[in-house]
Amino acid sequence: MPPIKIRERGRAKKGTMKRLVKKLFKEFPVHLIVSAICIVFNVAANLCSSIFSGLIAGVLTRGIIENNGPYNPMTFDKYYTATVFGGSFKVTTNIPILLIIMGSIYFVGIFAAWGWNRTMAIVTQKFMNKFRKDMFLHMQDLPIKYFDTHPRGSVMSLYTNDIDTVRQFISQSLPEFLRASLSILFALIMMLINSVWMTLIVLLGSVFMVLSTKIIGGKASKYFIKQQMQTGIVEGNVEESMKGLKVIKVFNHEDESIEQFEGLNNTLKDYATAANIHGNITGPINGNIGNFIYVLTAFIACLILTLPGFQNLTIIKGLVAINSENKEAFYSMIVSFLMMTRMFSNNITVFSQQVTFIVLGMAGASRCFDLLDEVVEEDDGYVTLVHIKKDEDGTIHETDEKTRLYAWKHPHGDGTLTYTELKGDIVLDHVDFGYVQDKLVLHDISIYARPGQQIALVGATGAGKTTITNLINRFYPLADGKVRYDGININKIKKADLRRSLGIVLQDVNLFTGTVMENIRYGRLDATDEEVYEAAKIANAYDFIMRLPEGFNTMLTGDGANLSQGQRQLISIARAAVADAPVMILDEATSSIDTRTEKLVQDGMTQLMKGRTVFVIAHRLSTIQNSNAIMVLDQGRIIERGDHDSLIADKGTYYQLYTGAFELE
Amino acid sequence: MWQRIKLILKSVREYKKFALITPLFMVGEAALECLLPFIMSVLIDDIGKIEKPIDIMEKYFTNFIFPISIFWIIIILIGFSILSLICGILGGRFAARASIGMGANLRSDLYKKIQSFSFNNIDKFHSSSLITRMTTDVNNVQMAFQMCIRIVIRAPLMMIFSAIMAFIAGGHMAWIFIGLIPLVGFALFLIIRFAMKIFMRVFKRYDKLNESVQENVSGVRVVKSFVREDFEKEKFARASDGMTGDFIKAEKIVALHNPVINTGIHLSNILVVGIGSYIICTTLPLVPVTTNADGETVIEFGQLSIGQMSSLLTYGIQILSSVMMISMILIMLVMSIESMKRIAEVLEEVPSIQNPENPITEVKNGEVVFKNVNFKYFENAEKNTLENLNLTIKSGQFIGVLGSTGSGKTSLVNLISRLYDVTDGSVTVAGHDVREYDLVTLRDAVSVVLQKNVLFSGTIASNLRWGNKEATEEEMWAALKIAQADEIVNGKEQKLESVVEQGGANFSGGQKQRICIARALLKNPKILILDDSTSAVDTKTDRLIRKGLKESLPEMTKIVIAQRISSIENADQIIIMDDGKINAIGTHEELLKSNKIYQEVYYTQNAIGGNK
Repeated sequence: MPPIKIRERGRAKKGTMKRLVKKLFKEFPVHLIVSAICIVFNVAANLCSSIFSGLIAGVLTRGIIENNGPYNPMTFDKYYTATVFGGSFKVTTNIPILLIIMGSIYFVGIFAAWGWNRTMAIVTQKFMNKFRKDMFLHMQDLPIKYFDTHPRGSVMSLYTNDIDTVRQFISQSLPEFLRASLSILFALIMMLINSVWMTLIVLLGSVFMVLSTKIIGGKASKYFIKQQMQTGIVEGNVEESMKGLKVIKVFNHEDESIEQFEGLNNTLKDYATAANIHGNITGPINGNIGNFIYVLTAFIACLILTLPGFQNLTIIKGLVAINSENKEAFYSMIVSFLMMTRMFSNNITVFSQQVTFIVLGMAGASRCFDLLDEVVEEDDGYVTLVHIKKDEDGTIHETDEKTRLYAWKHPHGDGTLTYTELKGDIVLDHVDFGYVQDKLVLHDISIYARPGQQIALVGATGAGKTTITNLINRFYPLADGKVRYDGININKIKKADLRRSLGIVLQDVNLFTGTVMENIRYGRLDATDEEVYEAAKIANAYDFIMRLPEGFNTMLTGDGANLSQGQRQLISIARAAVADAPVMILDEATSSIDTRTEKLVQDGMTQLMKGRTVFVIAHRLSTIQNSNAIMVLDQGRIIERGDHDSLIADKGTYYQLYTGAFELE
Repeated sequence: MWQRIKLILKSVREYKKFALITPLFMVGEAALECLLPFIMSVLIDDIGKIEKPIDIMEKYFTNFIFPISIFWIIIILIGFSILSLICGILGGRFAARASIGMGANLRSDLYKKIQSFSFNNIDKFHSSSLITRMTTDVNNVQMAFQMCIRIVIRAPLMMIFSAIMAFIAGGHMAWIFIGLIPLVGFALFLIIRFAMKIFMRVFKRYDKLNESVQENVSGVRVVKSFVREDFEKEKFARASDGMTGDFIKAEKIVALHNPVINTGIHLSNILVVGIGSYIICTTLPLVPVTTNADGETVIEFGQLSIGQMSSLLTYGIQILSSVMMISMILIMLVMSIESMKRIAEVLEEVPSIQNPENPITEVKNGEVVFKNVNFKYFENAEKNTLENLNLTIKSGQFIGVLGSTGSGKTSLVNLISRLYDVTDGSVTVAGHDVREYDLVTLRDAVSVVLQKNVLFSGTIASNLRWGNKEATEEEMWAALKIAQADEIVNGKEQKLESVVEQGGANFSGGQKQRICIARALLKNPKILILDDSTSAVDTKTDRLIRKGLKESLPEMTKIVIAQRISSIENADQIIIMDDGKINAIGTHEELLKSNKIYQEVYYTQNAIGGNK
């Protein structure tokens, strides 16, 4: 195995935000624009509604004054001049009409709120679906190397934790961001119209809000990232000790393992507490800085109002209150200015509360993008596997029928095509290989497997047996040398076709959620039910499957957790049998089957191996004695080769291994 | 459910004071939040009353006209703001401390509980489900807890406070809100109910989808070997698409949440303004509008004034937003109920094996006797896993155990170190029933190398010290040598200090088995049990291990379960297990002569045997 990369769950890479938003816009331009428009309307309607209640109060007062006593508000029908944001407007005094207008504005606001909530919900879910699929689809195309070098847990957390932070960013932070920015922008414009100088004072005050966001929000983000990393560590520890719980019990190691966990858990607690404290106090701090700014602004307004010579002081008129000709006008300006100040600071607070979500979301997105940026498995093969028919004279014709006869279709540079019948002749010619450059784990391996031969690979763990099979199906590229399949360099063969022609049974059985039938059919999707039964019989799995509660329709879940190790292995053998490939690789296929059951399987295997080229890796030498050739591997080199008898006669390593069992004193 | 919540709340412990104090500050902050806008409006009113400034500069300083009342209001505002800041900061701090502390305690309680589990308990919960309970579930509960202490008192209190204020300010007008609360509440309830129903369903599908990702990640060699990438892609896309449909359905319902609240608030606004203006205009006393000394108009109101009406508007918003907050707590609680249930299940579990009172703390020798032992894993199992076993193993003997999968080999040896308790009969070690021993003493004396063996992250030395905390380097090397693992460690650059990754991922199966044997030896046990512990070790090394055990530790009873006859043919006695019963006991020669099962296995493994 190549070395495993342990990646820190750190901060996002630069440009992640841009990339994510770009991707989002590319997928859902219309939805996003609709949402944005709805948000604009929503914000605008909210603004209008807050002005409206003030207006009606003004109208009421006017009506009372003009009627000099009780009156029917429906009948009062004149115009009233209102000052809104420094401008004068004529407003009808008919209250029902005003209420209807107000109601309509509310309706638009509610409708817009519903619009963007709904649209963003759809965008979020659709985008998450797309993102998830992109990741999974891309992952399926990655070379085995990716899976060998990334811990399973960290790949899984992409699909659970990381993608969830992205979801939060899109569904919450993004609309909040837009809403807050719009309100801030609006408030800022209004303040500027009213008074440039006083706006500057507010801006000066909001520098503190920005600073506190930077400091506290920054700290919160730092601790949230740390919390995430420590969570990973704690989860790793929990996973390890839950899986090794029985070993802990056997060694009376409970106290030590509790102690170790407590240490990690406490660190996590410290980080999480710090993160949450900083996250929790951002709101109150910025909110109250906002209050201070408000008070400061009001105080200055009072000073200006009480300043002597206010009415004549053109400088103040010019700079502070462009539109304020007199005290009343100035006063109404101050009222709306203060309202805007509050809106301005409130929305900066909203903004600051999103900071940590954004940082976490970007960190998650960055890791998801890393997966999407992994280079996919290259395939420059052009030789393909096709069904053929053979004439009586032996010439080969390609056919669409599923004849179960195959040939390699080999296009040449001059435009001609040749067909080579699939026989299962595999030659490794002076092959070198290393997982990392300059560190070879296989040296000068040459193996000749003629069609129908059985080749056994023997050697200690780590000698390179499995590595050899990884090269035959092109899971890893060679460093040097050649592998030929029916005389064709396998680098020229399309990977999918190459692998389709190789049946494989591994020591670690992996089953998929689904019925037994579906799991066996995994070997060949177009296999009929009868063919599946047949394959199960070959693997001697038929009897035990029929004894399962629902026979072949029994659901397997959790990697076949409801089956014994041996039963799972039998299913995986049946799966390979149904694939009916001309070349088989059996990597410790029977190691977890007890010897009595193995005998049953062995019969099936013998039938399965008949007429096929087979590579067998086995610890139990008894299972490979009949091989045509046995390769004894040691540290990546073939140190002995020959059939059982000749190797025994040589009295070399194989002899020692084999007889070792009988030599016990 | 109540019981379970109480059980989980026990983990709050030392953070109780924080948890209790948090709502106080949150209420304080909320009250100030209500007060501040009110005082601000007073301030604005007062600014409006500022007298016209005096035109002559000198007089400004002699006749200081800056209104004192505004000074006071500003000081009160600053004071309240500081108070609110303090409440906010402290409330946030305590809420974080309480909830995170509670979460950490809960995790630790779970961990400790799980460590006290017997094998029986462990079998009941799968390791993967225990992991979820300790991570995701604890997080959910922790979040719900934080939400609760921050809002659970604040929201209803704010609602009641605002309602009272509304009645004081607006009299009968406040009934508008009382009428609206159930309406909005009911609408929110419907939203939550329908959305949650879909969410619960879709979350299960989501879990399944992630399980299938996991299957693909671990089974990637199978996928690629059978060229099933496209098949898996399609399967995933289909599942993900199907789930997305449901998610969108649920989220569309949730999208109504915000508009419903808005409708409530706006409706109350229109009603208050509409009815309010009517009342204001029609109930004015028949007194002409007068002008005061400053030329300002003074209006005498009847049942309602304009000022009262605008404060009613504010209280309406506050009442309805508390309704929303309450609905959010409900969502959090519903979401975490499932998690609470799963956590409580673990906490409620009673360890099925516990230390006896006045335990024996010394195991004298390695003699093992099984007397009429019956054993089954689950009380309600129909069939005994082990049936009427009688067996005597003398101290120092080498015992082989052979039998097919499911014949009861592992169950047999697990009874010796009391990993499970017998159902009937007794197992005695050195003359005493295993149930009389102190568990630690017994398990130190009976060292088991389990079938599924694991190394833990750390170093080789730290793993070996599991066997004996005080083991010296010499002792470690000696144990490694017997287990034929010394060359593995010697091959590593840092020898004993070489890093072991999680689950021992950087060691091969055979290497792990040998290190595990060394670890078991360091306990210096009276009885060593190897449960198929050399299956991944080649025959030669296997033989050397047995040779080492025999020569270095002749006093120790060795019980070896094996698939390979070669591993046990030199045993003093070989036990043949078949279908939970002892089929035969004897030496290699005896069994080869008389026992069918043994012969069958022997000849399968040694086809050459006949030729030899």
